[in-house]
Order: sequence, then structure tokens, then C-alpha cells
Amino acid sequence: MTAPPAMLTGNAAAAWGARLADVDYVPAFPITPQTEIVEQLARWSAAGEIAARVVTLDSEHSMLTAAGAAAATGARVFTATSSQGLLYGLELLYTVAGWRVPLVLVNVSRGVASPITLEPDHDDVLAARDAGWLQIHAETCQEVVDSVLLAYRVAEDPRVRLPAIVNLDGFTLSFTREPVELPAAAVAAAYLGPYAPRHTAIRAGRPMAQGVAVLGGAAYSYFRYQMHLAAENALAVHEEAAAAFAGLTGRRYGLVDGYRLEDAELVLVMSNSFATKGRAAVDRARVDGVPLGLLRLRVLRPFPRDAIRRALAGRQAVAVLDQNLSVGAGGITVTEIAHALYAEPARPRLLAYVGGLGGKEIGEAEFRRIVHDLRTAAATGEVPAPRLLFTEAEAAQVGALLRLAGKAAAS
Amino acid sequence: MSRDPRAYRNLKELAREEFVLPGTALCAGCGGLEALRLVAKVLGDRVVYVNAAGCFTMLAVFPYTPFRGSWLYTTMASAPAGAQGIRDALDVLVARGRLGPDEDVEVVVVAGDGATYDMGLSATSGAVWRGLDFWYLCYDNESYGNTGVQMSSATPYAARTETTPVTGRTPHGMDRRRKDLFEIWRAHRPGYLATVSPRYPLDLARKVEKAKSVRGPKLFLAAAPCPTGWEFDPATTFHVARLQVETGLFPLKEAAADGPVTHTYVPRARRPVEEYLRAQGRFRHLFEPARQEAVIARIQADVDAYWARAGGSESAAPRGAGTEEPR
Repeated sequence: MTAPPAMLTGNAAAAWGARLADVDYVPAFPITPQTEIVEQLARWSAAGEIAARVVTLDSEHSMLTAAGAAAATGARVFTATSSQGLLYGLELLYTVAGWRVPLVLVNVSRGVASPITLEPDHDDVLAARDAGWLQIHAETCQEVVDSVLLAYRVAEDPRVRLPAIVNLDGFTLSFTREPVELPAAAVAAAYLGPYAPRHTAIRAGRPMAQGVAVLGGAAYSYFRYQMHLAAENALAVHEEAAAAFAGLTGRRYGLVDGYRLEDAELVLVMSNSFATKGRAAVDRARVDGVPLGLLRLRVLRPFPRDAIRRALAGRQAVAVLDQNLSVGAGGITVTEIAHALYAEPARPRLLAYVGGLGGKEIGEAEFRRIVHDLRTAAATGEVPAPRLLFTEAEAAQVGALLRLAGKAAAS
Repeated sequence: MSRDPRAYRNLKELAREEFVLPGTALCAGCGGLEALRLVAKVLGDRVVYVNAAGCFTMLAVFPYTPFRGSWLYTTMASAPAGAQGIRDALDVLVARGRLGPDEDVEVVVVAGDGATYDMGLSATSGAVWRGLDFWYLCYDNESYGNTGVQMSSATPYAARTETTPVTGRTPHGMDRRRKDLFEIWRAHRPGYLATVSPRYPLDLARKVEKAKSVRGPKLFLAAAPCPTGWEFDPATTFHVARLQVETGLFPLKEAAADGPVTHTYVPRARRPVEEYLRAQGRFRHLFEPARQEAVIARIQADVDAYWARAGGSESAAPRGAGTEEPR
């Protein structure tokens, strides 16, 4: 059923996900660090190894328009982008979600300008969080290929019919090889089935007006609420799809992913590939006898409020490490987690951290500081003000750059 | 189903059947809608219209559509990319046996001049450069009409719009010439391109019919006299449309991929531009309170220079050849 593991980068795993989903169409546009995905698909398409047509558009805005329009016509569509590209196409993320077309986009996370940079954080993908797309955030290359297949299954379900983003971190995952078990093509085909939507088509003899204007708030609200309710349906649909996937492959994915949570009194909350660093921090803390566990956010949209509440209620203290920054507000997921916990009588102390921006390392010292804060909060109830992680070594490094630039050293 | 374009000898040759039904929210006397109605008479109902934000977006308002074919509203800047996605999807679905060839449709972008000349130029350039097999109908009302008539890069010199106001410091209104979209399109060597006017329905029908045999981009720039934005009585749309052509300001022409530009209708004796300008409130400041002779002369000189060039390097049809006589 399953080939022996291949050593694949995150980008190669994403391309394999599209290949195994037997997609019809791949509108493309290059951007670092995503480019390898569309390069690989273009090679397979040119060589006749996949049936999909790969077309390079003039921008991500056009790319996402073509993607949505092809899906509205009845094709299974895959596309990929990063960072500035996702932002350039943001208008279309909202637009095509309203078309209720279940295409899959892989976003390879990269910090957003300015200043322009290459390495990952999640300000790009979280800018799309309100657009009506499901979001699955992957930690490993294996999870990338599996999540692409899961995403199609959930997105195409008649109870959902919304597009989906599968997110992986640029560089740390996109360019890192890991052993990946690829499901056999027949297994993937049986899992997804053919794409034959009844609700959207462009055909002679079956005229349909799509994407039409509405006038008045009642009709507008109705269609927007429909999207929201469909996204909430995706929570249960994901659990069904994950169970079916586990039956075929033995790999089980939850809405959230826990590590050493069973007896944890203190919990770190992270997402994406940096969660692997969090797992190592948990193991180090356990050696010291600290009852630390990790909760990894995996499905970000729909937001799995109940799963998060169940995982965190009754713990003594929880530290949310946001690898994103809502300028002027702080971390993004911590506020959503606070909402999930607010009505809980046994809610834990909630600590907020921002780190890992632009791929900045989160080292052992920072994790030690977070564990120290967690233990203090658990013992005394004292919760520090939200922290922006930045080490003295990093301050010295940037100070040297500032001096070279002729500016005063960082204070 | 295609027929000999020369079959359109008189108005009786046009389909009596309507494919864009009446009763929409568009303004009375909309020249653009009349151009679309005429194009649809030749194309029929095996069509999907791909729309960019503009006046025509108000054609399909839930739960109504005037079209007997399909419709997809996209965004202001990316309708040609929507056409690309639909065309590619149809091709792939036919090739993979999931769609019968009899279910295929023609893909037609409908967009105003704001989307076409400005924001959508990148997406259009890409689609035409890729040789996409699609139609593009730009209804050119020479402004951002749906937002209340602001200047676009299609707005002609000396027109007053809400953002090119006539003031003591700007007595002429719009201070620059409109973009030459036809030549921008032509530089991409599309399969076929033409200008059309709703006042010249046989010329329009012949061109659409002719384009049916072309595989690749088929681009149409349609004059769209706009009673609301240009400020004239909706009952006189055809009068304004006729003057737009008879003054030579809107030349009716066509070109194929690598071929020369052919003028399909050459006014026998061009009417002075002043007749056209006087028919519209947006040019009233050229005559009241004081006549702006230099501005009017510059507009006339531009037209004369165009036709002097057209009679030279570019071929012109025989004068008044093969077209409907003005009423």
C-alpha cells in the first residue's frame, strides 16, 4: 500500500500532495520560498507524469483569480504562494471563498515587508485568517503531504465547500528533507474520489450566474453567515476525514496536537515547524522535573475552540508563543485562545509571548525564561506583561549592524 | 455556429432573438449595454461572461441575471485571469473526458474602460500574450462611470469629470489625451481586434462573426456613449454615438494578428468635432461662458492628424464602403 519512505523537502511534499490528489489545474507564480513547488509540478506536467495543466499567470492576484474560476468551472485546483504573494492576492482569497470553491493553496510562510525578508513567521498566513479559507498548519514534511490530501477531502465535502490553505514554514520546512511515506496513488484516489461538484459549474445548457452582486445587508449577511456555518461544519468533517485517513495510512491528525499533555500542569502553545523546538523544550523541562507539555495549533480555521478548551482547562499556566505580530496588539492566537478559555471556571493563567519573527531562533534560554515565568505564574498567580522575545546576543548583533549603518546602538 | 460575415447586409440579418434580456438596473440609454446586446446576438447563449467591477456588475444582482448564458463576477483587476482559469478548466475537463465537447462555451470578458485601461492591464496583457482563446469586450464610457464619473486613462482631453473639474486654474478639465488602448492591444498581436460602435450594428456584427473563426484573443473596444457621465438626453444616445464616429473621433477599425489596421468605415466627410462636443454637457465649458478656441482646435487637429496617418501607412477601406448609412 505504501512505498518506503522518501527523503523529501517540505516543498517536494507539497507538490506530491497535489500529484496524489490528481489535480486538474495549477495556476502558478514564482516566489521564494515556495517556487520549488510549482517548478516540480511544471516538470511533471511537461513530462506527462501528471494530467494537470500548469500555467504561469502575471501575478498572484491573477493566479488566484484563475484558480477560483477554474474551480468554479468544475476542475480540482492546486496552487501555492508565500508572503507578499499571498498579500498581493488577498482580495481574491476573500472573493473565491465566497464562490464556495474547494481549491487548495499551499502557503510557504515568510515574514512580510517591511523590511522585506525571506525567513518564516506567520503574519502572511494569518492575514488571510478572516477570508473564509480553512487553514491547516503543518509541523513536518509528512504532515504537509498528508494535510494536502486531508484539505481536499474536507474542502470538497458538501457540508463545507470552502477553499483551504495548508501552511508550512519557509526554509525550516520548505528546504529541509525528512523521511516521508507517500500514500500510493490508488490509496489517495480512493480517499478523495473524483471531484464532480454539483453546486458550481460552467456548462453550455446549464447556465449559472456566479459571484453576483447582492444589494442590502440581509442578503449579504445571509451568504456570509453561510460561509461561517460551513467553516464550523469543517470541525466535525475534519475529524471524520482524519479518521478515514488514519484507517488508510495509520497516521492520525487532530484539530490540535498534544505532546506530553497527559499530566502537564504547565503548557506551551505553538504552531508549525517551530513546535519541534517546543517539543525539545518540553523534554528538557521534564528532565528537570517540570510538568510541562505542548499544545500545537494545527487547524487554525475553523478555530477549534472546544478542542483547545478541553486541552487547556484545568492546567495551572499556559504560555502562548505567537510567531506573528499584530502591530499595536501583540500576538494573534493568544487572544483567540483567551476567548476559548474565558468561560471556563478552571481557566489557567495565560502568558503571551511573541518570538521567531522572520525566522529568528527561539533558543534554549528563551524557553527557560518562559518555563520560569510559567512556574512563577502557577505558584504566585503573577502574569508578566506580554513579552517580545529578544536575547542579549541578538541585541548585540543588531547593535553592530546599527553602528555599521551609522545609527546609534540599540537601546 | 458561424456564418459568412458578409451575410450581415441589413438589420434584418441580425438575430431577432435576445440573449441579454431587458429590465436591468443600468441607466436608460446606455450605449455600452446596446453594444453588449448586439455582440450577444451574434454569440448566442453558449457563453460565459467574466466580469470586472464596473457598471456592468450591476447587470446580475441576486437573484436576477439578464443573461441566457453564464456569468462570473471576478474583481476589478483580474477578469482576464478569470477567463484563463475557465478556459483552461474547460479544456482539461474535455481532455480528461469529464465534460462533453458539446457542453463547451465561449469565454467573454466584459469590462469597462477603468478596469481595462488601468487596473486590469497586467492581467489582460498576460492573457493575450499567452494566446488565450477568449473574447474581450470593453465598454468604453471614458470614465469610472459606476462610481459617479471620475477620470480614467480613457477620458478624452478636455472632458470634465468629477476628478478633472473645470476651475479657473483648470479651464479645460482633463489635461491629457486618452491612452491608445487599441495600439496597446495590437502590440500583443492578438488573433483579432476591432473597435465597434452600437450605432453601427452591421459593422459590429460582421466583426464579431469574423472573429468567431479566430482561435486566440479576440478583443473588442466598444464605444459606449454614457448619458449619465457625458451629460446628454438618454433619447439621443445614437445621435451622440453617430457623431463620435462621423467626426472621426472614434474610428471603426480592425486588425488580425500580424496584419495591417483596416478602417471598416471611413466617414465620407468628417463632421467638425465641435458638433460632437456641443452635444455633451461634459464639454460645455469649451463653449460657455467663453469659447475656448485653442482647446477645440487642438481636439480637431488631433483627429485630422490621426486620419492623415490612417490614409498613409495604414490602409483605409474605400470611403463609406460596405457599411450602413447614417440615419
